[in-house]
Amino acid sequence: MAELYELTITEAGKLLRQREISSVELTRAHLDRIRAVDDKVKAFTLVTDELALEQAEEADKRFTRGDTVSLLTGIPIAIKDVICTKGITTTCGSYMLKDFKPPYDATVMERLNAAGIVMVGKTNMDEFAMGSSTEHSAFFPTHNPWDLERTPGGSSGGSAAAVAAGMAMGSYGSDTGGSIRQPGSLCNVLGLKPTYGRVSRSGLVAFASSLDQIGPFARNARDAALLLQAIAGGDVRDSTCSPQAVPDYSSGLTGSIKGLRIGVPEEYWVEGMQPEVVKAIRDDIDVLREMGAEVSDVSLPHTKYGVAAYYIIAPAEASANLARYDGVKYGYSYRDTDNMWEAMEKTREYGFGQEVKRRIMLGTYALSSGYYDAYYKQAEKVRSLITQDFDRAFERFDVLVSPTTPSVAFKLGEISDPYQMYLQDVFTLPANLAGICGASIPGGFSNGLPVGLQLLGNAFAEDVILRVADAFEGVTDYHTRWPMGLAK
Amino acid sequence: MFAGSVEEVKDRMIDRETVKNVAKLARLGLSEEEIDIFGSQLSVILENFAILREADVSGVSPTSHASRLTNVMRDDVPQPSYPPELLLANAPDQEDNYLKVPAVLDGGES
Repeated sequence: MAELYELTITEAGKLLRQREISSVELTRAHLDRIRAVDDKVKAFTLVTDELALEQAEEADKRFTRGDTVSLLTGIPIAIKDVICTKGITTTCGSYMLKDFKPPYDATVMERLNAAGIVMVGKTNMDEFAMGSSTEHSAFFPTHNPWDLERTPGGSSGGSAAAVAAGMAMGSYGSDTGGSIRQPGSLCNVLGLKPTYGRVSRSGLVAFASSLDQIGPFARNARDAALLLQAIAGGDVRDSTCSPQAVPDYSSGLTGSIKGLRIGVPEEYWVEGMQPEVVKAIRDDIDVLREMGAEVSDVSLPHTKYGVAAYYIIAPAEASANLARYDGVKYGYSYRDTDNMWEAMEKTREYGFGQEVKRRIMLGTYALSSGYYDAYYKQAEKVRSLITQDFDRAFERFDVLVSPTTPSVAFKLGEISDPYQMYLQDVFTLPANLAGICGASIPGGFSNGLPVGLQLLGNAFAEDVILRVADAFEGVTDYHTRWPMGLAK
Repeated sequence: MFAGSVEEVKDRMIDRETVKNVAKLARLGLSEEEIDIFGSQLSVILENFAILREADVSGVSPTSHASRLTNVMRDDVPQPSYPPELLLANAPDQEDNYLKVPAVLDGGES
């Protein structure tokens, strides 16, 4: 048998329910794996080993007693450090929150705890989820398990790397402009950003409230279906969370995409893309066609405005959301002065890192008198145009496919210019602006580094993109490959 | 990729004064070095964003959120709130269940 940490959730869940393995064994295997490789990968800001073993014992009791269990009971899961965990340090990758212990659980955590998951730890991220490499973490960068000199992507880089390296069977991240799909792509795991409003944001530390969504990382579509099922659905604590019924995602995985209409956005092939990435994605599209999908090109004409619109809107919202970090209620507080305004300004000067400050500045500028119409209002109108592009495309197509990123994982320290880093999100952020769902799935390799295939679905069409992902896994083996650089 | 039309934004370069004014609006302290760096970085970013002005938005209404819901209501049912001790547990300083801060009025204006 494979090592326990190599199993999928679906496989391990079956063994747990048949009492062939215990959750404690499964959890120990993952904690051992963390001890063996995380000093190199550095995916975790906190390993909750004691809690994990308690939760595993409790899960085993549930199995033994014959209590009601879920398909995630006893499964080791990692949680991005942007999701509030009651009484457990939630840093958001920031010095500002380095000792913050939330007074309550995020709705997502309540649901996962009720499902009986085992939380192995909190994962590293770019500070306040702002970044595409984890290099903006206030603590340390995470390394890509496929090449330790490279970035795992971001901002949910820790969550992606933890699953890629066998330190968790699945994990959760958040995606505001690509922060689940881009690291999924760079680490060869499936990363899914649900439709805006599919998952509650209550207890998700806010970055840009009109764009943020929590979603899962998994080794295959079947696991992703379970991980999404556990968290999706309405919540009275988040009025933007939709009460629309949640379909049974697992039963939608038919393995067939015959007759499915797939659109390939012409604007998602840009100058400067790596030719190997282009080739891998073109090959993937041929595979989808051979599987019986009807593939044709589609135009999303306002794509070229996406980066600019997003990097006005997201920082504008962030500048308002992050106003709460004033050193008064919680978090780091500069107190070496009698002057309240100075205390506030110094708290924010020392508490925030450079990327967060840059975005607060950009957002404040775009919202300031005299620039509001030229930047913020204009960006919101362009957002409407981008949404209309997708509305029109989904009249003719069930799914759109594209590369997730223009290039494979870059080296840590390679991109120092902030604007160049923003361009990492060029193919992912339009989905956030339009509020539709999207996933990145393993789509090939370039010189041993993973290439991600992005699947975009209409609002609440997570079932469709999961069906495509599952069917694609049936005829490819990219998702089964392991990074060999890490000793077993 | 996506280089904006530069001639439009020459007069919009973010100088040190602008950086300081925006930082003041955001109540964000910046080091001298950051004032310089942010000035040039924000200028480059905003130059590239000049492309936004090329979009034809006539007759287009702005989108402020992607939620497909409007006016979500719930019944007004009283529920217990969290105890003050729990909510104050992360406070940097407190006294008698109040948050404690440096003086706001006396010498507090800047």
